[in-house]
Formats: sequence, C-alpha cells, structure tokens
Amino acid sequence: MPAADASRAVPALEVVDLRKTYASGVQALKSVSLKVAQGDFFALLGPNGAGKSTLIGILSSLVNPTSGDARVFGLSIHADRGGVMRQIGLVPQEINFNQFETPFEICVNVAGFYGIPRTIARPRAEKYLKELRIWDKAFQPTRMMSGGMKRRLMIARAMMNEPRLLILDEPTAGVDIEIRRSMWHFITGINRAGTTVILTTHYLEEAEQLCRNIAIIDHGEIVEDTSMRRLLSKLDVQSFVLDVMGFDGTLPQIDGVKLVRLDDQTLEAEMPSTHDLNALFAALTAHGITVTSMRNKTNRLEELFVRLVERNGNGAAA
Amino acid sequence: MNDLARPRLTDAPTYAGPARTRANLVALGTITRREVHRMLRIWTQTLVPPAITMTLYFVIFGKVIGSRVGPMHGFSYMQYIVPGLVMMSVINNAYGNITSSFFGSKFGRYVEELLASPMPSWVVLTGYVSGAVLRGLLVGAIVLGIALFFTSLHIAHPLVAITTVILGATIFSLAGFINAMFAKRFDDIAIVPTFVLAPLTYLGGVFYSVNMLGSPWREASLANPILYMVNAFRFGILGIGDVPVWVAYVVMLAFVVALAAVALWLLRKGVGLRS
Repeated sequence: MPAADASRAVPALEVVDLRKTYASGVQALKSVSLKVAQGDFFALLGPNGAGKSTLIGILSSLVNPTSGDARVFGLSIHADRGGVMRQIGLVPQEINFNQFETPFEICVNVAGFYGIPRTIARPRAEKYLKELRIWDKAFQPTRMMSGGMKRRLMIARAMMNEPRLLILDEPTAGVDIEIRRSMWHFITGINRAGTTVILTTHYLEEAEQLCRNIAIIDHGEIVEDTSMRRLLSKLDVQSFVLDVMGFDGTLPQIDGVKLVRLDDQTLEAEMPSTHDLNALFAALTAHGITVTSMRNKTNRLEELFVRLVERNGNGAAA
Repeated sequence: MNDLARPRLTDAPTYAGPARTRANLVALGTITRREVHRMLRIWTQTLVPPAITMTLYFVIFGKVIGSRVGPMHGFSYMQYIVPGLVMMSVINNAYGNITSSFFGSKFGRYVEELLASPMPSWVVLTGYVSGAVLRGLLVGAIVLGIALFFTSLHIAHPLVAITTVILGATIFSLAGFINAMFAKRFDDIAIVPTFVLAPLTYLGGVFYSVNMLGSPWREASLANPILYMVNAFRFGILGIGDVPVWVAYVVMLAFVVALAAVALWLLRKGVGLRS
C-alpha cells in the first residue's frame, strides 16, 4: 500500500468495545465501537443521558473507562495518554475556565500546559481571539463576558494546541443565531483546513447542514453509524406545512397524501418522500385551494432521530 | 491551505527525549507562574493577613508576655519564638495556598484544563507545590522582616535554615494537595487546618522547648512532624534545637517522599477528579 493511502487508513478516532459503568452502577456505555475518518465532520447525537458526554469524557481523559480502548490517530488512550491529548482540542459542554482570569491569560496558560512556549502562545492566542471576535475582551476578567463570548473563548482555548481532532460538546447551547453562525463559519474553516471535527448538538439542523457522517447513541449503545446522506435517504415520509387561501373547511381527498387542517389558512400534508409534489399542488388547485407558501414540518434529521431513539425505547428525544 | 492544515500521517507525532522534557518544563513553568500570579493578584488575602497576625504574636507573646519570661537557651524569649513563628507562617500559608487554589480549580471545573492536557501527573503536582512553596517562602521572608523590627537576629546556619523552610513548605504543600483532592466542599479544606494543623503547630515547640515537658508529653511531642521542622529551623537561625538536626532532616525527607508518592498515586488514579 502506498504511504499516502496507508496514512489515510489510520482513522482520526477508533473506539473499540468501550464500556463505562459508574460507581453508582449506571452503565453509561455498553460496548461502543466507532470510527471517524481523518478530515471528517462527524456528528455524535443522542438524547440526554445517552452516553455522549461520557464518551467525550473518556476521549479527553476526564473519565476513566471501565474497559475497551480508544485510539486517536493510532495512539491508544491507555498506552500514550499524553500523545492522545496532544492531538485533541476539547470544547466542553459546561463553562470550565477560571472566571477571574482574562481570555488572553487562559489561552496562553492552556498552550503552556501543552508545552507550547509563551513566545508562540501569545501571537496564537491573539490570532484565535481575533478570529472568534472576542479580542476586545481579551484583557478583561472572563466573568464580565456574555454567554456567547464564553462559548467562543472555549473554542479559542481548544485551538491553542492546534489540534488534529477537535471535539465540540454542544458548543452553541444558548447562543444566539448570529454568533452561532459565526462559530460554524470558523469551525467549517478549520475542518476544510484538515482538522477532524466531532460535534454533539441538540440543534439537529446544524448537524444536518454541517456533518458528513453521523452516529446516534442511545442508552449507551450506537444505534446508527452511517453517512448523513444515507441516513437521510432512509426517511420515507415527509411532512409539509402549507399556507393556503381559498380553503372552505372541507379537506380534499388526495391519493397518497394525508391532509390535516391546522386552521383555516394552514394545512399539513404528509406523504411518501417519492410523492410528486406537483400532483399535490394540482389536486389542491382543483379544489380551489391556492398554496401561498410551504415549509418542512420538522427538520428531516430530527424526524429520523426521534424515530430511532423511540424505536430504541427512549421517549425523551432531544 | 492555511496554517491549520495538517499532514496526514500514519502515526501521530510523539514527543520523546529532549522535546518531551522541554514541553514538561514549559508546562511546569506555566502552572508555577499561574500560581504566583494568583498569589500576587489577591495579595490582600495571601500576604497581608500573615503579616498582621505575626505582628500581633510578636507584640503580645514576644514583647508583653516575653518580657516577663526569662532567657531560653541563652536567647531572649522574643528571639526564641521567632523561628517557630516564621515556620508556622510558612506551613500555614503553603498549606492554605495549595488547598484553596487546587480545590478552587476543582470547584470551578478549570482543573479539566490540566486533566485534558498531555501533562504527566508529576508536572501538575510539582507546579502546584512550587507555587505553594514560593508563597510559604515569601510569607516567611515577610514575617522574618517584621521580626527584625522587634529583635536582632544572627542567622547561625543559613543553609540549614533555607533547606528546612523549603522542606517544611513542601511537606505541607503535599499534604494540602491531598486534602484538596479528597475535598468535595469548601468546608472540607477548612477541617484539616482547624483540627489537625493548628494543634500540631501549637504543640510543635513554637513557644517552648519540648525539654521543658515531662514524660509522657515529651515523648508524645516527638511524634509531631512540626516539632522537627520548628527545631531544625531554630537550629538554622539560632544554632539551638531540641532534636538533632540530622534526625529532623530524615523525618522531613521521609514525609516528603511518602506524601509525594501518595499524591502522585491519587493524581494518576484521578481520585476526586475523574469519574
């Protein structure tokens, strides 16, 4: 095998039969195995308590596994913890920096923990704090920053060792849409430049738009591990919300379409994903109903996600 | 391609030999610097209180009461208690520094910055201990400086004095680190100083010579590690002590090795830190 091909064969992350049982007896992970290819933008989704944060905790050395292994670019978390940590940048779910320190101090210190001298760390901190648009707060205590700024600081901090694998655990929780978009712009740029990204999020439309591959974890087990495209193609039913004019209160009968009245100006149409939408419009027009606008009832991935976790016996989906 | 692009290697680059040593030294320097920065940032909590407390000790015990106490081993009572009070400040401040700083990092969860980094456990431990020892030394120097306003001192054995104060600060930094690892609440880091450290310090020969005690109190006092630190330091400053200085060194070194081994083991296991 040529060297280049051999190099690509080494996954960014390979989780092998990983198990975690907490002292309380809770089995958070039950034989989880997973591969994430180099350069991937990978979604790890699951309902609350499914085991996502435990898995991320094990990868980032914050949780001790009960058994099994995880290899990051070929390095085992057991055999070379330090080597693994050098490859990883972690953006945790909870704010976890010293509220009395400044963003600049936090970034430079974290670089120091990775053995990066201050002469390199200082310009690097400036670069990422500027790219994430919090440079104007760089020398103020972090307790004076807004929630969105703190989230961006955690991304800047995770970039200080310029990781080959960036793990983001719900990085946009509670962040407004504008900041969220700017964060995704930054992270997609990082991914395009070659960094592998693993994302957990409860905003499933983000996962659908950004990620190429996906795993869904539930009750400590991987219930789906595939490409986003293949997963979405499994969705055989689609639902639309139609804003209409001319609806007289009587629902027309249309073959293959289940119509539900939401109010006098709004209908909901559920149909197979292969159904011809023009036939729907024609049938509605024939009944004197004009469609003025339409939208997906739910995000496609969200619909699949709910089905998968419900099938697995979990009613409380994200 | 910008500077974030990475070559796709078969195996990740590993740090070995001098590169690893350099990285560990940078990490060690970073923790120590952060600890010193923290100490100086909150100087009204870290440096001023021991100065005030010790000034009161010098006034009350040294001047007011000490003037009615006769000479001790050829020194005035004020001169006699200075080494013990300096050592008491060093011990308390080294202990207090590491417990509040390390437990604070657990409480605020920013200890995760250390746990998720490639630093080996010994670097984390050495960094925190260095910070605590430096605070102990700085406070010790301040208290010694204040003492010179009240009495004159000629340092008999400077090398013994400095090594003793470093060993004493190291022992109680390590003990404080272990305390902070097990602590779950702020109350847990106050229990040991109140119920263990204070009695041991006051019964460790700071204000008196253990040779003044009858049996079995004298023998019981010899089980107190602070007694060896105070007397070794007193030997370093005044040239007198209740225990042979080599015995004091053996006891202090044994405590350093034992406590460091326990702290490293706990850190590697992640006790109180990793789930």
